[in-house]
Amino acid sequence: MTRLEKNDRLVRLGLLMIALSAISVLAIITLFIFEQGTPIMFRYGFKSFLLGQDWYPSEKSFGLLPMIVGSLMVTFGALIIGVPLGLASAIFLTEFSHRRLTRILKPVIELLAGIPSVVYGFIGLMFLVPFIRDNFGGPGLSVLAASLILGIMILPTVISIAIDSIRAVPDSYREGSIALGATRWQTVRMVVLPAARSGIIAGIILGMGRAIGETMAVIMVAGNAADIPGSILAPVRTLTSNIALEMAYASGEHREALFATGVILFIIIMILNTIANVTSTRQRKK
Amino acid sequence: MKQRGILVRDFSHYYGENRSLNNINLDVYRNEILGIIGPARSGKSTFLACLNRLNDLIPGSRVEGKIVVDDQDIYGPEVDVVALRRKLGMVFATPVPLPLTIYENIVFGVRLLGKNNRPELDEIVEDSLEKAGLWAEVKDRLHTSALKLSGGQQQRLCIARVLALKPQYIMLDEPTSGLDPISTMKIEDSLRTLKKDYTIILVTNNTKQAARVADRTAFFLMGELVEIDETRVVFTRPSDKRTEAYLEGKFG
Amino acid sequence: MGGQLKLQPRTEQKVVQVFMYLMTSIAVLVLVFILVVILKNGLPQLNLEFLTKNPADMGREGGILSTIVATIFLTFIALLVATPLGVGTAIYLTEYTVESRITRIIRFGAECLAGIPSIIFGLFGFILFVNKLKFGWSILSGGLTLAFMVLPTIIRTSEEAIKAVPPAYRLVSFSLGSTRWQTVTRVVLPSAIPGIVTGVILSIGRSIGETAAVIFTAGSALRMPTSLFSSSRTMSVHFYILAKEGVSMPKAYGTAAVLVISILVINIVTYYLMEKYIKRKS
Repeated sequence: MTRLEKNDRLVRLGLLMIALSAISVLAIITLFIFEQGTPIMFRYGFKSFLLGQDWYPSEKSFGLLPMIVGSLMVTFGALIIGVPLGLASAIFLTEFSHRRLTRILKPVIELLAGIPSVVYGFIGLMFLVPFIRDNFGGPGLSVLAASLILGIMILPTVISIAIDSIRAVPDSYREGSIALGATRWQTVRMVVLPAARSGIIAGIILGMGRAIGETMAVIMVAGNAADIPGSILAPVRTLTSNIALEMAYASGEHREALFATGVILFIIIMILNTIANVTSTRQRKK
Repeated sequence: MKQRGILVRDFSHYYGENRSLNNINLDVYRNEILGIIGPARSGKSTFLACLNRLNDLIPGSRVEGKIVVDDQDIYGPEVDVVALRRKLGMVFATPVPLPLTIYENIVFGVRLLGKNNRPELDEIVEDSLEKAGLWAEVKDRLHTSALKLSGGQQQRLCIARVLALKPQYIMLDEPTSGLDPISTMKIEDSLRTLKKDYTIILVTNNTKQAARVADRTAFFLMGELVEIDETRVVFTRPSDKRTEAYLEGKFG
Repeated sequence: MGGQLKLQPRTEQKVVQVFMYLMTSIAVLVLVFILVVILKNGLPQLNLEFLTKNPADMGREGGILSTIVATIFLTFIALLVATPLGVGTAIYLTEYTVESRITRIIRFGAECLAGIPSIIFGLFGFILFVNKLKFGWSILSGGLTLAFMVLPTIIRTSEEAIKAVPPAYRLVSFSLGSTRWQTVTRVVLPSAIPGIVTGVILSIGRSIGETAAVIFTAGSALRMPTSLFSSSRTMSVHFYILAKEGVSMPKAYGTAAVLVISILVINIVTYYLMEKYIKRKS
């Protein structure tokens, strides 16, 4: 082996080490969160964490059910608002609007993806919360407010991924369908959407991950009461808010319980990631 | 007796399970132009890639047999592949100037060796461009982008870039396939001049080009070497029926 | 669809088209509304004093200079760490290996990392950097946490930029006697630089806007950072505290405007670079 080839091997080895950084970071994060969060779960039993309804850290009562339900409710709410709006926009922008309009609107929507989440929360707090309080009753800080804000926040994600997967459908499919006498909408409904389905689903799952993981915006509009909400106008606390609200002053078992909250959140996100990963790989293979 | 530069013995090449070259035996003499003709996918380009081991870059590539260049078995364990590629300069079918200036394109290979002495580089640039017949056309814009040259100029730039390496062999893979007749003529002219100092292997799908410039011609078909002889002999009295058929345009 | 309500295909098409038009208008208008509100209320707060004075009285008075400085430091550290790691990973994935189990694991790791909520990064950074490594609430802890957060973005954009470099360039470079590393540094990277820069800029935008991961790692002390180990409050954390605690709405709007304008400028630059150097080529 010549000197150059030896150098080349060294470089390859060095780069492999660097390339393993991403996966190592993931491993370290997992390790630390679980190391901090699981002992307390074993001590008190998984059941009391997952199904306990009372969160009174000062009295050693660490029921996370209200937060789990809260996260699921606002995420579901976000999807009810974000998915129809997002999909309709994506279909409109790819199949029905003028090319020029799409050229302007798509970047605008993607730019708005960069607005920090605190800003969304702030707008929710200033406009949405008073609006809900005055028109529907309740404190305004509510499941509804959180769902609306999250629904808007996931719009850019859902729209841009849906646009990309609709665009990936070959034009020959559309031409074939239109040549058979279908209208534009029939073509979209019966040919384009089924072909783009797995990409769209991956986009929705990513949006879902974003909604369930969002913290600051939710804290500002959700009211944060650690009870299972009785209606969509009642305040709600999510897993993420639970961590962020109490981390600053928690210590001892209280802090461990917050890490346990992180563990549950982590597991939910990993499941979603894996589903999204599998779905999008499947589309790529097709 | 002419001096032999390259010896190819019982050489086969595989991509995965597919055999792309089958038991090739031939010699390349010094300071000749060896033309290689044959229809598409006959293994001509693969053969060139095997000579300077560019085939190493393709996953699943595997060889059998022996190629000896200047008394060195190039698939032997002690071979410096980088030095081998400098010795056998390569010009590709489509001209690919790197996105650099004309000057930097020419000295790219020289700089790789760590030579950065300006007067020395200047001399190499002028010398290589002169030999490739491009100096007069570009000497006033050496520091502009090479991408702005015409197709024919770009291909001559690629030849000059190879010459700057001071190779012993120049391999050209259908170098004029995308060019107009005048550019083609200019390149053929430079090849005839270059023959004095270099050994040239010219792969071409244009049989007339081989007839015009090659001293000897080899005919490849489906990974096999059908025949190799003086160009005059191959074109007038081919010993194999398939060569005759190909030259008459019956296939390919 | 269909069901009881049977429409002529043409009529159905018209109805659907109007519906989609409305939905798109709502989506776009809501997003634009947010922008307009922030700028309309925030721009009047902006003046030289706001940008060049430190906050006083918990942020009720003065400007936001120290938070701007803290944001810049934090972002700088994040990119200093994440850029070499991300670009190195991309080079390995594209130039030094073929698709295999290892590359799939690396890509999967990067994708998972991209999906982890910022609050989890915050928890992790708090335990590792603030507690275990004893960096305390500091610029360093916050910067390292952000570095891990933006790493997947840099990997992905660099990989795309490197893949967009024509394969013929590599072949030519090898044929002229380059080693792999010379090919990477002299041919591939120079052509991929604009795309890589795009990823870096995108990461700057994310770092500036991040709150949850920063608040538990960089802290929220309202003073000018003096060293890597100073606890300091970034713009977005400052904005969050002003708004959440109701300290001062005018100052909150002003901070939000600075935040939003800088991120918009960054994203517009990115978008322009992306159009010019990545999408066109591939």
